[in-house]
Amino acid sequence: MDGLEQRINRAVRSQTQPTVTILSSLLAVEDELHYIPREAVERVAEFTSATVNDVWAVASFYPNFRFQPPATRQVEVCWGASCHLMGAMAVVESVLEAAGLEEEGERPDGSLSVRLNTCLGACSQAPVMSIDHHLEGRVTGESAALRVTNLLNHEAAEVHAR
Amino acid sequence: MKLPRYMLANYEQLEAEALSRRNADAERPWLRVGTALCGQAAGADAVVASLREALEDQGVDARVSEVGCFGLCYAEPLLDIQMPGGPRIFYGNFDPDNAAEVVRSHLAGGQPVVELALGYLAPDGAGDDFEPPAGLRDLALHPMRVWENRIALRNAGNIDPFDIYQYIATGGYRALNRALLEMTPDDALQQVNDSGLRGRGGAAFPTATKWRFLAGNPSRDKYVLCNCEEGDPGAFNDKAILESDPHTLVEGVILCGYATGARKGYIFIRHGHDGPIDRCRAAVQQAQELGLLGENILGSDFSFEIEVALTGDSYVAGEESALMEAIEGKRAMPRFRPPFPAQVGLFGRPTNINNVKTLSYVPEIMSKGGEWFASIGHERSTGTAILCLSGPLNYTGMMEVPLGINLKDVLNEAAGGIRDGKRLKLLQTGGPLGGVLGADNVDIVLDFEVLRNAGAILGSGGVIAADEDTCVVDLTRSLVAFCQYESCGKCFPCRMGMSHLLEVLERICDLKGEPEDLDLMRSTGENMQAGSLCGHGQLGFNPVSSALRYFPGEFEAHILEHQCPTGVCQRPRFSPVRSRRQG
Repeated sequence: MDGLEQRINRAVRSQTQPTVTILSSLLAVEDELHYIPREAVERVAEFTSATVNDVWAVASFYPNFRFQPPATRQVEVCWGASCHLMGAMAVVESVLEAAGLEEEGERPDGSLSVRLNTCLGACSQAPVMSIDHHLEGRVTGESAALRVTNLLNHEAAEVHAR
Repeated sequence: MKLPRYMLANYEQLEAEALSRRNADAERPWLRVGTALCGQAAGADAVVASLREALEDQGVDARVSEVGCFGLCYAEPLLDIQMPGGPRIFYGNFDPDNAAEVVRSHLAGGQPVVELALGYLAPDGAGDDFEPPAGLRDLALHPMRVWENRIALRNAGNIDPFDIYQYIATGGYRALNRALLEMTPDDALQQVNDSGLRGRGGAAFPTATKWRFLAGNPSRDKYVLCNCEEGDPGAFNDKAILESDPHTLVEGVILCGYATGARKGYIFIRHGHDGPIDRCRAAVQQAQELGLLGENILGSDFSFEIEVALTGDSYVAGEESALMEAIEGKRAMPRFRPPFPAQVGLFGRPTNINNVKTLSYVPEIMSKGGEWFASIGHERSTGTAILCLSGPLNYTGMMEVPLGINLKDVLNEAAGGIRDGKRLKLLQTGGPLGGVLGADNVDIVLDFEVLRNAGAILGSGGVIAADEDTCVVDLTRSLVAFCQYESCGKCFPCRMGMSHLLEVLERICDLKGEPEDLDLMRSTGENMQAGSLCGHGQLGFNPVSSALRYFPGEFEAHILEHQCPTGVCQRPRFSPVRSRRQG
């Protein structure tokens, strides 16, 4: 696999749309690496003739940008109003419990992260969660917890196999 | 404008090609699976995979299309099968395990699996001699369908959003061709004016007035922007239009560019919504390949291009001036006005911004005329409303209904009322900055002014129902938590006011509220309204004020009696307040 710098470079330079900005470059890096390393901030600043501060200003504004490599499996639970009314709070609680987390964040072993999302966009299927960005609707506290437990068991088996 | 004959032939060629493709396709069975966000969340990907596998295993030749949202989201994953010349047979809540049986019986054997089917729709142009399939109900009479009048959603769920020829075969791009051939930009603008169309993004500002601001600006470099930064919980219709029929929007954007004299359009979507992004990008590219975008569109002297721009997660990026900041690659924070976008907008150039739904009406307005559109609707609210129904309703989904129909009918008839025989407590409309309507006040017509006077707004069309088990204070707290989380932080009355409101609501939900808390929230709300640059802060008190208006007793019970009448607040609960923006 290419080194980090090559991958950042390629992501930034392969933007085909006419309007290339700090934000579009950061999004391109996120698509490639799923996080924004320090090197990317510097590279984007250079590429867009901006300062590192300008780039940090943008990167720190949008909560989709993260600055650490993502967990292996990413679980998101929606807490928009539709999901709230259909039981999202129970889903959040049971997902956190199954993941062994107190609040949103990542497990220490990096196997799984839980984040809350303000709206995943499938309100008619509330409550909604997503696993690695694939939506799953009409979940319950029990079904969601079972999904997380299965993901963790699967990841543990993968580690064991290696 | 007099134009050479070959131009007309150009569109006619496209249309002829589209029709011949449609006729050729009609000879094979057609399977359509809804794969918009609602379908995806219900497991549509597995349905598509299982169908393809079953077709291959059984050696059956058929066309499988991933279409958008048909509207009946409650029945997703939704599959419909149309045998050549026959009706469309719909299977709702389709289980991938049934794919082999359905392919064997329906496609290979010609016998629909009645016990799995939801109903049928007669084929286009069916006459009196059409024989309905036995044992199935007519979905045209489905409660969610009978109230509808589909304009922007006319193709949703019917055509393959990745195939421009299917759009052309339904008359797509004819309005553009007609406008370029027969109308001056002024004529086109006049049609929009006659239609009475008003912005569907929330503010309901007359579209033609907005377009005139831009058209009247003599600058050569002008932009039109289409806003699909749809972050409202409870609304998904913008994304659904892009997923179901992106060419309607693309055509609308081009027509807007023609009427206002702009040369470039941007369609602005949130990063991560891959379905809408991919379908929109594909549509733009196909339109370019067929000469419907780019230099000298359809041989005319009008040139126009469209770029799809992405934003990061930010609700305020849906505000028009923050949206321009985001396209310019900056933090999505609103600008001071004046100058207004029509004078100084994107990259300092004159700019017009419209919502997806607004622009998606434009092709039909151009082809059928502004007066036709104005004949639908109620007083100054012309046309239709595209509603997203969610919450504990029997039928959740997306509907396009004429403005002027009664909200009560939408709820009790179309959406089938509240599930499990429970009673409706309130409706939350217009997104988190909208308001709530008490159950006794839903007997009102859908109309921008009527809803606004009732303390709710139609906004982007989200209608969330809540049943009797809902605690109003808890729901308000959730809505304010959203607004607090999404405040961009530029104006301190909004940034601090939202936090303040949330803190007070948390306290009331903890049953530790003080009698003066209500006045405290009211004065905070007044300051937010007076001191914020954009609607986020100006309207941010709406969820609280409308809840107080319809349910004062419930707040009093929490504060004075330290009781939550529904028991919701007595239970331990998770609080989204902790989920602040983290690095």
